[in-house]
Amino acid sequence: MSEITQEKMDQIKAYIDRVKQQPYPTSYLIAVLHYVQGLFGYVPREVMDFVAQEMNLPTAHIWGVATFYHYFNLKPIGKHVISVCMGTACYVKGAHDVLEAIKRELQIQVGQTSEDRLFTLQEARCLGACGIAPVIMIDGKIHGELTAKSVVELIHRYRKAARGKTA
Amino acid sequence: MGKSITIHINDKPYKVDPGQTIMQAADKLGFHIPRLCYHPKLSIEGACRVCIVEVEGMKNYVASCSYPVNDGMKIRTNTPELRRARRDIVELILDNHPLDCHICDRNGNCELQRLSYSMGIKARHFEGERKNYDEDLSSQAVVRNPNKCILCGRCVRICSEIQHVHNLSQAYRGFRTVVMPAYNMPFSESVCTTCGQCINVCPTAAFVEKSYTQELFERLNDPGLVKVVQFAPSVRAAIGEAFGLEPGHNMEGQLVAALRKLGFDYIFDTQFAADLTIMEEASEFLERIQNKGKLPMITSCSSAWMKCMEQFYPDLIDNVSTCKSPMSMNGAMIKSYFAEKIQVDPKKILSVAVMCCTAKKYEADRPELMFDGLRGVDIVVTTRETAWMIKSAGIDFLNIEPEKTDAPLGLSSGAGAIFGTTGGVMEAAIRTAYELYTGETLVDIELENIRGLQGIKEAAIQMDGQELRVAVAHGLGNACGLLDLVRMDPGRYQFVEIMGCPGGCIGGGGQPYAGANSIPLDEEVLQKRAKALYDLDRGKTIRRSHDNPDIQKLYREFLQRPLSATSHKYLHTHYQAKLPRGIIPDRAIY
Repeated sequence: MSEITQEKMDQIKAYIDRVKQQPYPTSYLIAVLHYVQGLFGYVPREVMDFVAQEMNLPTAHIWGVATFYHYFNLKPIGKHVISVCMGTACYVKGAHDVLEAIKRELQIQVGQTSEDRLFTLQEARCLGACGIAPVIMIDGKIHGELTAKSVVELIHRYRKAARGKTA
Repeated sequence: MGKSITIHINDKPYKVDPGQTIMQAADKLGFHIPRLCYHPKLSIEGACRVCIVEVEGMKNYVASCSYPVNDGMKIRTNTPELRRARRDIVELILDNHPLDCHICDRNGNCELQRLSYSMGIKARHFEGERKNYDEDLSSQAVVRNPNKCILCGRCVRICSEIQHVHNLSQAYRGFRTVVMPAYNMPFSESVCTTCGQCINVCPTAAFVEKSYTQELFERLNDPGLVKVVQFAPSVRAAIGEAFGLEPGHNMEGQLVAALRKLGFDYIFDTQFAADLTIMEEASEFLERIQNKGKLPMITSCSSAWMKCMEQFYPDLIDNVSTCKSPMSMNGAMIKSYFAEKIQVDPKKILSVAVMCCTAKKYEADRPELMFDGLRGVDIVVTTRETAWMIKSAGIDFLNIEPEKTDAPLGLSSGAGAIFGTTGGVMEAAIRTAYELYTGETLVDIELENIRGLQGIKEAAIQMDGQELRVAVAHGLGNACGLLDLVRMDPGRYQFVEIMGCPGGCIGGGGQPYAGANSIPLDEEVLQKRAKALYDLDRGKTIRRSHDNPDIQKLYREFLQRPLSATSHKYLHTHYQAKLPRGIIPDRAIY
């Protein structure tokens, strides 16, 4: 997903060309970066250069916007994105322990990607599944009623599945 | 402008024009509201909140820099509660600022320090987390130190709004916000043109020039070296300010004397090399006209403009004059012609340049300006650094007996002097080009049309029945406007002068900091500095570069004639497109 291909660059160019038809095209910068992240999982530097040239916006301005919003990833993300809910209900039910267990297991901090490029760890405010707190979301799938122990087992299952596919 | 309205400031009524901010109205009425992020030449940021005032009926204090006046408005600028709130704001700005004023480059010259004094801050009530970033020392000219940054955003705004370089932005957010180039690139790899205007507007020491004063002090004590120095036209017009003088004093004689006291053996004048530049540049221009070369020809003296051109206007490279800047020409003459004269190995010469400019530090390091494996200039120090060296060496600058520059690279015409102000290079070039082209002497040599601080200036000169159309721009933002015209209609002008800094070199990034009673890049200050140079020109008997006898002698003894093979070897160069390519947006984006 994270490779930069001509095809993706063409898609971005087509997207920007559409944006340019709109009034105040430069105000679409966030939308363009959103689109870029959708294609690559992150916003690569080369692509920011490309967006700068195509939208006629200074690169420093794009960098300012991309770094301001936590949503934008500036480094390639892992195959699976883990979002740990830190909302009130999950927190009370032990989300902190769950998060610490994941950090320990993956040897990373929040916002980072594991060395094998398999997992990226994020925090979330509330995932709206308070009834089965504490929850985490992996690639859009909710896993509830976790403990520090069960979350590690969950990660093992994902690892095993990934190995199975590559083998 | 509509009908005037009445506002009350501190319980007294005043008639003011509508459509202005509280701060603007108060300024005109003599109430100086404290401020930090505000600068009249830049957009309103409203970031620092230092300029708050009390407005009756408003729940909170308002930032006077951004709040418009209304009829009947009752404003208070100095109540005890307001003073406390303002002091707290400055204390909060200080709470994560390093407590190292006594070892700071801006010690005694810092707006935050002055503000802290005027707020009456006597203790630190808040001890915040300190910032701990590495200084960016990669550039030869500009040092960025985020630890001293208070995020007022003036540098970001001057870089984008006045210079149109857009090298800086505020990246990340909250406490982690840092002013940096795109991708947090080192300055040396960014689109920074090294103009140094960020240094001029920075209220603290978050941006300073790369200093070479310690190295220079050491090498001035090396008995094995012949120490040679040159100084730019604008330095003499501004250095007095660093010693408390009003702007506009020409301190040439004192500067020469002080440099000699610092230990230099020969004091030369960059104005001499300005005359030399004119000889080459005017000849190049006429050659382009006669041989149907690329026009308009664009001047190449400003080092910030050269880097800007390579990154933003690479398509105009062939339009740019091949002449090196006066500083580099003088450097080349010092290590060739002059070295031969005094029979010294050029490697044993220490060539120093005192410049109003930070970009010259970058220029001195450019490989394309080298000859015989030598750099023309070894060390560049700014007006500020030189003033500090003079103070540090205990020289009584204001009372020193004025002295004269040395031969053979010290005598200059009036044309060389006005190089330091916007329009000056063009005016000087026309004085010589006219005579070279028509064989007659130009009588009316003061070209009022291209003097002054208007962003883009135009003039038409009749030369032998031909109309010569010229244009002048100062500040890279104005330059971009002018060059876009050139791109659209290349036949519009034949000769274009570009200076990278507002006002030309007199507003350079290495000039003395604004004092307590002025603001950075104040137009009045720039005008006074310019006047000092125009007065210098008017006071000279020789006002045309080609009439300078030492220039004539240099050609007789060494260079033969303008554009000769020797000239080309030492005085000309070629530039190349550079990456990253800079981007100038179609319209303002902030």
